[in-house]
Amino acid sequence: MKKFIVSPAPHVHSDRTTRSLMGDVLIALAPSLLVSIYFFGFSAVKLVAIGVIACCLVEYLIQKYVMKVKPTIDDLSAAVTGCLLALNLPPNSPWWLVLVGSIFAIGVVKMSFGGLGQNIFNPAIAGRVFLLVSFPALMTDWTIPASWFDSVNASVDGVAAATPLAVAKEAIANGTPLSEVAAYSGLTWKQMFFFKVGGSAGEVSALALILGFLYLVIRRVIKPTIPVVIIATIAIMSGIFSAINPELYTGPLFNICTGGVLLGSIFMATDYVTSPMTTKGQIIFAFGIGVITVLIRYFGAYPEGVSFAILIMNCTVPLINKYCKPRRFGEVK
Amino acid sequence: MKKTFCLGGVHPNDNKISKNAAIEVFPPIETAYISMAQHLGAPAEPVVAVGDKVKVGTVIGKPTGFISGYVHSSVSGTVKAIEPRADIAGNLVMHVVIAVEGDEWCEEIDRSRDIVRECNLTSEEILSKIQNAGVVGLGGASFPTHVKLNPPKDKKAVALILNGTECEPFITSDDRIMRERPVEILIGAEIMMKVLNVDKAYVGIEENKPEAIASMSAAAKDFKGIEVVTLKKKYPQGGEKQLIDAVIGRQVPSGKLPIDVGAVVQNVATSLSIYEAVQKNKPVIDNSVTVSGHCMDVQHNYLVRVGTPVSKILEVAGGIPKDAAKIVSGGPMMGKAIANLDAATVKANGSILILSEEETVRKPESNCIRCGKCASACPMGLEPWLLNKLARVGGRYDDLEKERIFDCIECGCCLYTCPANIPLLDLIRINKAEVMKIIRGRAAKK
Repeated sequence: MKKFIVSPAPHVHSDRTTRSLMGDVLIALAPSLLVSIYFFGFSAVKLVAIGVIACCLVEYLIQKYVMKVKPTIDDLSAAVTGCLLALNLPPNSPWWLVLVGSIFAIGVVKMSFGGLGQNIFNPAIAGRVFLLVSFPALMTDWTIPASWFDSVNASVDGVAAATPLAVAKEAIANGTPLSEVAAYSGLTWKQMFFFKVGGSAGEVSALALILGFLYLVIRRVIKPTIPVVIIATIAIMSGIFSAINPELYTGPLFNICTGGVLLGSIFMATDYVTSPMTTKGQIIFAFGIGVITVLIRYFGAYPEGVSFAILIMNCTVPLINKYCKPRRFGEVK
Repeated sequence: MKKTFCLGGVHPNDNKISKNAAIEVFPPIETAYISMAQHLGAPAEPVVAVGDKVKVGTVIGKPTGFISGYVHSSVSGTVKAIEPRADIAGNLVMHVVIAVEGDEWCEEIDRSRDIVRECNLTSEEILSKIQNAGVVGLGGASFPTHVKLNPPKDKKAVALILNGTECEPFITSDDRIMRERPVEILIGAEIMMKVLNVDKAYVGIEENKPEAIASMSAAAKDFKGIEVVTLKKKYPQGGEKQLIDAVIGRQVPSGKLPIDVGAVVQNVATSLSIYEAVQKNKPVIDNSVTVSGHCMDVQHNYLVRVGTPVSKILEVAGGIPKDAAKIVSGGPMMGKAIANLDAATVKANGSILILSEEETVRKPESNCIRCGKCASACPMGLEPWLLNKLARVGGRYDDLEKERIFDCIECGCCLYTCPANIPLLDLIRINKAEVMKIIRGRAAKK
C-alpha cells in the first residue's frame, strides 16, 4: 500500500528562502554596481569579483575543514558580503586589499561566531573598518582608476581627488569657511544625487542606491524603517547644526548624499542578523546610527562616520531586542 | 478600506479551486463508523447496544459532562459493533458501527428544503433543542454550541459574529453554503441573536468570495440588524480573536474569552446546523466537505453523512491520485495530516485535501538569520524565534511563560513564513502544552 506523509501543520510553506532574500539583495545592488562599472571600468569589476569569490571561498573552506559541516555558500550570504565589501572600498584599491578584507569579514567576523545568523557585527562593515584602521593610506586614496570613459572622468576631475567630506573636514580644521571650499559649495544637488566621483566604488550615485532601496522594499526584503530613520536623523541634526553656523557645519543634503550614508543605511544597517527585530527596536537602532554618524563627522577624527556608527549600534542589538518587545495582541497600554 | 485584524498574518495562495463545484449529496454508504468524540470535551457514552435498529437521527450517544454533546445516528440500519477504532490521527476512540439498511429518518425531522423563518420558542427551548441536536462549532474546534451560546450571567454579549472568512486555502465548503443556503444561515443567526439577546450581528467574509458576499448581502436585506462585512484576504482571519478584532475592532486580552469583549463568534456552517436543529428538528448528521487538491482531476464539495470513511470519500471523488503525498483533514495551514485513511469523518471535518510532495515537502532547515519575519507574521504579537530558541535550550518553562507562549494560537504563520525553514511551530506546540500543564497545576494548588 502507498505510504503518505504524516507531519504537523502547516502543510504548505512560502517560497521565500534565505537564498531568495540574499539573491534579492544582490539584485538591489546591481544598479550601483553598473554605475560603478560605468565610472571606474574594469577596476570595479575586479574588486567585486575578488570580493565575492574570496568571501565564498573562505566560508566554504572554514565550513568544510574547520567546522566540518555542509558548506552553505549557496545561500548567497557570503556573496552579498563580498559584493558589499568591494563596493565599500576606494575604486582604486589593490586586489590584495579586498582579499584581506574578505578573509577578515568572513573568517573572523562571521564564521568565528558560528556562521550565518550568529555574528554580532555586520561582516562587510567590520571588514571595511578593519582595512581602514590597518591601511589608512590606501583606504583614503580616492584616485580614480583609468577607465573606458575618460571623457566622463575629466569633466568631474575637480572633486575626484578626495571625497567632498574629507575636503570639507580639512577645510574646517584649517579654519577655512565652508562657503569658500569649492568641493563643498560648488557641489550641485544634481551631482550629489545622480553621480559624484570621489568616494567608495558603490556610492557614486545616490539614485542607483535609492533604486536598490525601492526594490528591497517592494520585494518586502526589508522594511523602510531603518534607512528612513537614519536619513531623517542625519538630516534633522545636521540641519540644526548648519543653521546655527553654516560656515562650520555641513548641511543636510550634503551629509546624506556623501560618504556612504545611503549605502550604509540601505544595505548594511538593514542586515537582518545585526539589526533589531521589532519596529520599535529598529527606530532606536537607526536613530543611534544617525546621531553617532553626525557626531563623528562634526567632532571626530574621521570625515566619515557611518561605518563606525553601524558597528557601535550593532553591539546594542541584543540589548535592544531584549527590551523592545513587539506589541502583544490584546495588550492594554 | 476593507477591514482586517491589526497584527501579523500571512498571504498564502488561496487555491480556492473547488469554489465552482456545487455541493453534491454523497452517495449512500454501506457502513457508518460514528465516533463518540464528535466534540471538544468528554466523549459521549453509547446508549445503543449491538443488534439495535436505529434510524437517521436516533440518539446513539449521550453527553457525559458539561462540555460534551449528543451523538446521533447518521444512517438507518443495525448496530454491528461498539468498539474503539482509530480516528484520523490514529488515536483510539469509541465508535458505534452501523450496517446501513435503507434510509429511514426519524419522523420528527422535516426533510423538505422549505424555509421556515418563524420561531416562537423561548431561549431555553432553543438552547435545549440545539443541545439535543448535538450541534458543535464547525469551524474546526467543535466546541459544543449550546455552551457557547449560554455565557455566564455576569457577562453580556453585545454582538454576534458569524465567521464566513474561510481563510484557510483550498477549503470552499463554507463558501458553497453561503452561496447556496444564505437565508437558512441567516435564520440561524437570527435564532442565536434571540438566545443571546443581542440586536446586532455581523457576517465576516473575505474579499476572495465575491459570490458569497453578494448572496449573503442580498439575503441580509430581509433581516434586521445583520450586516455583511467584507474583509481583506489575510490568514488567520478566521481565528476567533482575529475575527473579532477585524469586525468590531476589539481585542480579546490574553487569557480572556470573546464574551469578555461582548462578542460571540459562530461559524456560518454552525449557524446552518442551528437552523436545521431548531426549525427542522434535524440533528447534526451530515456536513459539507470540500475534497480538493491540484493533483485531482475534479474538485468536489460533498454533503457527507457523519461517519463516512475517508477512504470511501476519496474513492468516490475519483481515487487517490498518483502523485498524492499527504492527505489532510482541514486546511493546509492548521489541518491534520491523516494517518489512517480508514478513519471516518466527524461533524467538524470541513475538508479533505490531497497535496503533492512538491506542495507539502518541508525543505531542509538552515541557520536563523534573525530576519524577524516570524515576529512580523505572528497575529498574537509573539516572537516565535525567541520561543524556539528557549525551547531548544530545554526546560526554560518560566521564560517561555514570561514570553507568553500560552497565547500562541498555533496558526502556523511563523513556520509558513520562515525563510530558513526552521520548524518553529513544532517546538512551540510541544512546549506550549508543557507550560499550560504547569499553569493548570499551579491553579489547581491554589
